[in-house]
Amino acid sequence: MNHLLTGAELRPINDSALVVQLGKEPSPMVHEGVMYFSTLLEENPFHGFIECVPAYLNVTVYYNPYLVYQSQSFHTIVSPFEIVCNYIKYLLHQLADQKRFTGSKIVIPVLYGNEYGPDLDYVAQYNKLSIEDVVRIHTEKEYLVYMIGFAPGFPFIGGMSKQIATPRKSTPRLAIAPGSVGIAGEQTGVYPLETPGGWQIIGRTPIKLFLSEQVPPSLLKAGDTIQFLSISHKEYQQYEQGGRKNE
Amino acid sequence: MNSVSVLEPGLYTSIQDIGRFGYQKYGVIVSGAMDSYALRIANLLVGNKEEEAGIEMTLSGATLQFQKTDLIAITGGDFMPHIDEKPAPMWRPILISKGSVLQFKFAVKGCRAYIAFAGGIQVPKVMRSKSTYVRAGIGGLYGRILQRGDGFTSGNWSYIAEALAQKLASSSQRYSWSVNPYPLIRFHQNPSIRVLKGSEYDRFDEASKQAFFSAPYTITPQADRMGYRLTGPSLALAEKIELFSEAVTYGTVQVPTNGLPIILMADRQTTGGYPKIAQVITADLSTLAQLQPNTSVRFQKVDLEEAETIFLQNEHILQQIAIQIEIKASY
Repeated sequence: MNHLLTGAELRPINDSALVVQLGKEPSPMVHEGVMYFSTLLEENPFHGFIECVPAYLNVTVYYNPYLVYQSQSFHTIVSPFEIVCNYIKYLLHQLADQKRFTGSKIVIPVLYGNEYGPDLDYVAQYNKLSIEDVVRIHTEKEYLVYMIGFAPGFPFIGGMSKQIATPRKSTPRLAIAPGSVGIAGEQTGVYPLETPGGWQIIGRTPIKLFLSEQVPPSLLKAGDTIQFLSISHKEYQQYEQGGRKNE
Repeated sequence: MNSVSVLEPGLYTSIQDIGRFGYQKYGVIVSGAMDSYALRIANLLVGNKEEEAGIEMTLSGATLQFQKTDLIAITGGDFMPHIDEKPAPMWRPILISKGSVLQFKFAVKGCRAYIAFAGGIQVPKVMRSKSTYVRAGIGGLYGRILQRGDGFTSGNWSYIAEALAQKLASSSQRYSWSVNPYPLIRFHQNPSIRVLKGSEYDRFDEASKQAFFSAPYTITPQADRMGYRLTGPSLALAEKIELFSEAVTYGTVQVPTNGLPIILMADRQTTGGYPKIAQVITADLSTLAQLQPNTSVRFQKVDLEEAETIFLQNEHILQQIAIQIEIKASY
């Protein structure tokens, strides 16, 4: 972890954002560095810091260059990028051996198959498995949320078993219902909002992944682990009445 | 009772402030005014904080009726604004009387026009912003673009707004001044847009790197608040690379597999996985936002130092504008 943080590369995106690169290949180790750094930066923001966005290999840091420039007492450095870099390097060294980042574990109940998972049969057929096997394989592992992006609350999840990997549909659906759980290649994911998409839809969760009036608005955050839980139609309805439920 | 009624909404009219920051890590897009310099100046002209929400119109404008006397400012592209059938000035505060109708026609210069109201627009903030995010149905008025029959209310005036309104009410022809938006926003034909090298610039083949900076690119009709699709020389990577999704921002120029670049705009997704050949500097985003479909641009390479210098200079210009308006209000 220490060399990961102290060996981080910093590069500008533009005048108002820079990237802290923490690895070349996604791995749980790089991910931990990403979460560790972004959490610590949020806890120790610099003047002019706006927000940061964790991703597979890096953290993008957004800032207001004008406020950064003003934060110096003597205006000795003219480049806001340089000022932010100095602070981030300081932070990376200061914090290289402190506590580890831990996300939450979240169970996502899913009603598999039938009208809520119209492609479950296809996924089973494609992989020469029974429907029960697909559900068992999909629910038995814990998945790591590497990042949130693409749409509000949409998790990029790693670690699905290759046994149930299935290519995307050749013609994307125009609308995928919110809560749909799908497979695209070796990835699995949940759609928080109605969107078009080419994923194979195997089920649907009754819980809401994104509620703009809640703090935070997204049920999942980068660094969390999730596990899918197969539920019955009756349980699905109970969840729907109960609203968002975290376990 | 709403203080402003929407008689006609225009093509794509929405409530926007300078953006919804702090939630990108949850996948929540930033949104906000496409031409933020224009919105910030409009707000200053009516004594608001720069980041307050206003109305953004695209290519064809709205028709609004005022149910109370209001202090407003119109900035951005020229949509031939009229108040009660008479041409209305832009880039300055206007006192508009109760019952008056403010009508915009279509864009004769630029692509997006803004109206700021003294005291801002009273709609609830969602995740600390009033910006409309249509796909998620949040912000603005009911999370959607404005429709005929909608209404909203402007807020409480600041002391600068009160002072400006007083001057305007009692004034003669002599009290006539306006703000010059140049060089913050350039309304030239075929402007050059300054860019930095994108994160994957070095991975493109030599011909592509050269073409991108020498040939003009045309903005296609597939140009909206989310992104501008361009046509021009096709761009290719020197060799195939595997990219992992990471954050993208306003002005990121990404190149999908068909080789035609897309510039990401205010309603962009928070992350993306396409190679990025260039990044428009923040100072040129307003000029870019004012370009209509079927116009062409050239990209000019600058370095980070230059981008930062221009950014800071522009902030300084905005401060000067704010000071000048305060002086106009006081003397």
